[in-house]
Amino acid sequence: MDEIIKEFLTESLEGLDQLDNKFVMLEQNPEDRDTLASIFRTIHTVKGTCGFLGFGHLEKVAHAGENLLSLLRDGKLNFTQEIASALLSMVDAIRTMLGEVERTEADGEESYPGLIETLNRLKDGGSAAPPPAAPSPLLGPANPPAVAPAAASVPSPLLAPATTAAASSPPPSPAPKPTVLPAPTAAEVTPAPVAPEPHPVPVERTTAAPASTAPSGAPSIADSSIRVDVPLLDKLMNLVGELVLARNQILEYTVLQENAPLLAASQRLSMITSELQEGIMRTRMQPISNIWAKFPRVVRDLALGCSKQVRVEMEGKETELDKSLIEAMKDPLTHLVRNAIDHGVEMPAARRAAGKPEEGCLLMRAYHEGGQVHIEISDDGAGLNPVKLRSKALEKGLITADRAAAMSEQDFRRMIFLAGFSTAEKITNISGRGVGMDVVKTNIERIGGVIDLESELGRGTTFKIRIPLTLAIVPALIITSGGERFAIPQVNLLELIRVNEEQRNTAIEYVHSNPVYRLRGKLLPIVHLNRELKLTTTTTASVINIVVLQTGQHHFGLVVDQINDTQEIVVKPLDKVLQDIPVFAGATIMGDGRVALILDVLGIAQQARILSDSHDHNLAAQLREARERDAERQTLLLVRAPGDGRLAIPLAPVSRLEEFETDQIENAGDVDVIQYRGHILPLIRLKDILGERRSFDRLAHAGTSTAAANLMQVIVFGDGVRRVGLVVDEILDIVQDVFEIKGRSTRTGITGTLVIQNRVTELFDIQSFLQRAAPLLALAEEA
Amino acid sequence: MADEQQLCTFFLDDRFFGVSVENVQEVIRYLPITPVPLAPPVIRGLINLRGQIVTAVDLRRLLQLADRAADLRPMNIVVQTREGIFSLLVDRIGDVMGVDPACFEHPPDTLDGIARELIQGTYKLQGRLLLTLNVAKLFRPNILNRGAERQELDGQSEPAPV
Repeated sequence: MDEIIKEFLTESLEGLDQLDNKFVMLEQNPEDRDTLASIFRTIHTVKGTCGFLGFGHLEKVAHAGENLLSLLRDGKLNFTQEIASALLSMVDAIRTMLGEVERTEADGEESYPGLIETLNRLKDGGSAAPPPAAPSPLLGPANPPAVAPAAASVPSPLLAPATTAAASSPPPSPAPKPTVLPAPTAAEVTPAPVAPEPHPVPVERTTAAPASTAPSGAPSIADSSIRVDVPLLDKLMNLVGELVLARNQILEYTVLQENAPLLAASQRLSMITSELQEGIMRTRMQPISNIWAKFPRVVRDLALGCSKQVRVEMEGKETELDKSLIEAMKDPLTHLVRNAIDHGVEMPAARRAAGKPEEGCLLMRAYHEGGQVHIEISDDGAGLNPVKLRSKALEKGLITADRAAAMSEQDFRRMIFLAGFSTAEKITNISGRGVGMDVVKTNIERIGGVIDLESELGRGTTFKIRIPLTLAIVPALIITSGGERFAIPQVNLLELIRVNEEQRNTAIEYVHSNPVYRLRGKLLPIVHLNRELKLTTTTTASVINIVVLQTGQHHFGLVVDQINDTQEIVVKPLDKVLQDIPVFAGATIMGDGRVALILDVLGIAQQARILSDSHDHNLAAQLREARERDAERQTLLLVRAPGDGRLAIPLAPVSRLEEFETDQIENAGDVDVIQYRGHILPLIRLKDILGERRSFDRLAHAGTSTAAANLMQVIVFGDGVRRVGLVVDEILDIVQDVFEIKGRSTRTGITGTLVIQNRVTELFDIQSFLQRAAPLLALAEEA
Repeated sequence: MADEQQLCTFFLDDRFFGVSVENVQEVIRYLPITPVPLAPPVIRGLINLRGQIVTAVDLRRLLQLADRAADLRPMNIVVQTREGIFSLLVDRIGDVMGVDPACFEHPPDTLDGIARELIQGTYKLQGRLLLTLNVAKLFRPNILNRGAERQELDGQSEPAPV
């Protein structure tokens, strides 16, 4: 049976079961609007979905019921026994039809015209049903009819017609052939993200995934799936983990025994354990559509927000992965989708110009391969421009020109995974603040996954993510080094190399004292596990064992004493104190009952400073520093203080630097003013604030200002009418750097002293100056 | 002796220690220990306690005593703390003893360093002193890492890199 229909059935039947209870509740409290609303929603969902799936008869019935319910919900009709009966008949009819759907994948021939008619009549306020009969047996003890005087005395005729009609089947339906969606409801069932209804389109929703093993024949779907607590599943998963360990121990023991029945029994145990493990793991599996379902809507909203046109395509929605991983992938995927819309897909005009359709396409793919889940998010947008990335990196001082020359285009593209690296030209409210891709990368690596990207300029970008199926039990390679066993997760494993005795002395070469191995013509950095872990080599073997590992994009060879075998191991966390050691991901218990540590390949790479990886970290650190420096950087205006001292004025509050002729100065009261851009600009002379403080012989030289005598330099603060000008003798320079106040203030108007360009410079107290200028600003305003 | 306190006692060399029985989950004989490279030296490694992986802390190293002889296998006192379950490696196990609070005394002022933080006090018993340990403090990361600093200063923590 179609997965969608199966989900529809599970959901609808579950909803209907609750309806029975709710009707009973309503009877006790007919005014309960909440219950009415929830009944309405259930029926509405059924109607919407079956309209979408093409179950016309079912939809008709549900539609009639929904109309009636909506009036009840809005308080336009009172809930009466008669209505209750009619609605319960409707529920029964729906249930019958759902049964039909389950058997035949069609909703049957019966169209329930009588029921629909009754529902419609009740909706129109009529209680006009002519033939009186006994009250519906479904309702049990009659409710006092006080709430609905009009309909009270009229008993329900409905039950009978419904059942008899069913028996004497097909009188041709008065409705038009309903395989095509009836117009009035079309809007409500369109699966497009535009749906105006408050409910998400039910098809997109998944309940606790029905077991796909359920035989389509015998038991009803409602009976074949149950909801289970996640903690219970977690517990089962742990127990299975223990069982796997016990199994491993028994297997190890039995191979030493020459006891055929024991051997056979233990092999059976082994098989059953494996199957059980797989089964339990499957209970925790959920289709990725659980998180994907919301993306069409997200994309639509985002695209609208930045006036782009984007459509979403999904492949492999049914790909399953562990529930905890699904949760962990939610944020990274959302981020990637946002990025693709905001940065990836171009504006419609730009797309047209590039010869692409105006509507961009976002493709989400998921599939299983090699015991891992692969997820790809691609857009057909502009792609990453390595040249742009390069100049950005240079501009931010992340890389030197030398380094840049040695980097490949792909290296530049991968720089987007660095913290704080954003290529968006402007920051939008969606993205572009330069936080994000590094977080995405960290989040994915935290769950043992890797992310990479492919991009072609003008063609689009694809992000490729690989994550393990589950976290609790992983296949691992067991190795021995320094007399201890260690487990290496197979996710990171690429290949094993054995260097035999003759090549032993030549195989490993050195690049500036860093060991490397030539692997098919390429240099592979070599890390000695014993050295990294400070273990003493115990092996006397004359071969070298190299385990080729991969973390992110980086490959390296790990030299170990001995390679044992592969095993399924149960990952157990380490104590807090030990979690600080980056080279271990956890521990596990081996078949002989001893504990073995699980190596964290990324941690080892970092510890060993595998080339590119440490570069990444250096870059990130440099970037951080650069940003911090930027934050502290100040721009200062250097002017000549009265006398020949130097004064620094923070540039931030300065709006303009102007030069006026001295004869432009006019007077307003006792203040010098000047006409400036249609307003009056009050002037304050610097030497009025800072008294002249110089010895006579210096005064003698001081007259030699470079500025012409009839010109004056004015620093304009503020904007609009609220401006004030500071008259200085001479503007010397503008400097930008991180400045440290070296000395305290020695007089008013000065905050402290700095050393700029090797000269002691006083820092102007801009705060007190602006306070002093405040009354003058008022003057300018009045004028 | 209404307030008699029950202590699980043990020996390091001939020193006599006790921890409150309330903190002790169980006492077990020697279990194989898997060393954890790069870990603070007071952490001897990990043991498999019926499928649970437990961190083993060497009390001798924690209290800055000399290591026990190589042929002497330590016993495990498994303790529950807020930081989790740990195994305390000791030389020999003594009895569970009820002690009279009346003969308790705080540690002498001459005690210093890490021992002062970890030793709660002394019960003056017939012929010997019983030192009680503050289990709540014992396994805090800062205490365990502190042991590491000292060892590194002594230069005896790890074999020099090859």
